[in-house]
Amino acid sequence: MSDVYILGVDMIKFGRFPEQTVPQLGAKAALLALDDAGLRIQDMEALYCGNLYQASGMVGQRILQEIGQTGIPVVNVANACATGATAFREAWMAIKAGAYDLVLAVGVEQMGKGLLGGGGAGKKGIPTEGLLGSGTMPTVFAEAGMEHARKYGTTFEQFAKVSVKNHHHSTLNPKAMYQIETPLETVMNAEMISYPNTKLMCSVNVDGSAAAVLCSEKKARELGMKRAVRVKASVMTSDPYTERDLVMPDVNTCTRRAAAKAYEMAGISPQDLDLVELHDCFATAEILHYENLGLCAEGEAGRAIDEGWTALGGRSPVNLSGGLLSKGHPLGATGIANLYEVATHLRGEAGKRQAPDARFGLTHVIGLGSACAIHVLERV
Amino acid sequence: MAEQAKASGPLPVVPFLRIPAEGAPYLEARCCGKCGAIFLGERENCSKCGARGELEPKRLANEGTLYVYSIVHRSFPGIETPYVSCIVDLEGGGTVKGNLIGIEPDPAKIRMGMPVRTVFKVAPRKDAEGNEYLTYYFEPR
Repeated sequence: MSDVYILGVDMIKFGRFPEQTVPQLGAKAALLALDDAGLRIQDMEALYCGNLYQASGMVGQRILQEIGQTGIPVVNVANACATGATAFREAWMAIKAGAYDLVLAVGVEQMGKGLLGGGGAGKKGIPTEGLLGSGTMPTVFAEAGMEHARKYGTTFEQFAKVSVKNHHHSTLNPKAMYQIETPLETVMNAEMISYPNTKLMCSVNVDGSAAAVLCSEKKARELGMKRAVRVKASVMTSDPYTERDLVMPDVNTCTRRAAAKAYEMAGISPQDLDLVELHDCFATAEILHYENLGLCAEGEAGRAIDEGWTALGGRSPVNLSGGLLSKGHPLGATGIANLYEVATHLRGEAGKRQAPDARFGLTHVIGLGSACAIHVLERV
Repeated sequence: MAEQAKASGPLPVVPFLRIPAEGAPYLEARCCGKCGAIFLGERENCSKCGARGELEPKRLANEGTLYVYSIVHRSFPGIETPYVSCIVDLEGGGTVKGNLIGIEPDPAKIRMGMPVRTVFKVAPRKDAEGNEYLTYYFEPR
């Protein structure tokens, strides 16, 4: 079966744009991706649009109302923090199925500030937040990190080092929300949100959008492959039954299953990857995913961060964009923004943060609830 | 009028907290008759093995061990912090999330794996109609 390619891909600089509408933000990324591909909206045969907070608002169609109502089929998808990757994957699958040659995928989100997750009162009764533990995202991922600490003795300092690294990476990424160094003591002394996650160990709620033009192999050959990037694997899983999953969301098993399948599909091993953009929604989460994605052996994630294996220049660079921690995490846009980051490295266009001679890169997202999406991209 | 809506005793904070007419309150799970998987709350089918209509009530133990925790310093407005959010594995099966009380919210004091017990108390919150609720906590034993 022939491969699917990314012909164009881009993102807006993440930030806070309360004066813009969600479709306006999405339209910006769509036009950037079309320009990157050297194509027009009239060339697109379908649009897959990912957005979470206006999931019932026909955001994809409203993007076309901003940039060109060509009458193409539009599918709006929502899948928690895997929303953007899901839109991309649906576009990939439509081309893989032979239905289209050129498809646009857009991910967009406008976020408020503050805590995500946690329970209000149901229809009856009293709110259970702070009474039956906490369902806030910082707590859920703190508890997931503490499971690693329990097994391997991972320390608060090691978790904090993830934030130091990702904030450092984003000083080299002009499209990241922040370009600020955060030394270890700054991260560890920041306001404690949910131990061991301090405020600087929580992803940044930002507005953002990212888009990609996907294309069939036949069409890629016709249009020119010079800046094309090959999609070597696209995998999605949901959380299988595991012992504590319904009380304590298990982000590990679904990631491990997706990773195994993605490596098999791409015909590579984790050691072949030149860079990884993984779901660092909290610093604790990044540590778990080193092992889940096979970037290091079981129990070695603490050592990996201590010894700089996953930093720029290390043997397995992770989140060179700055990650969700510093680039920002506009839920529906995140999955396509990390594909943009990997594609930019594979094209050799990542400037000061370039992973040298990058051939393979992997993107990973987790939507709690849970959805895991992994893509492997290859330089052409 | 609100007085009329009040129940005679506190209401359960969640449906899986059972308050019998006589005897002590307890947590009740559903256990799959086919594969033994344990779930909190009402359900008809097993999400582990797919068995239908095989779920039976199971009284959960009051003793367990602390699996993991987090110390919550920032929560939503009106919720007192810090507090310890925790996941507890109960003896004989069943995993429950709750607040850990009776211990300082300090990582140096809390040990994962430590023995804990379930305790039942009236919650410090009431609903809009003024009803009281019985809730559960975990404490070191």
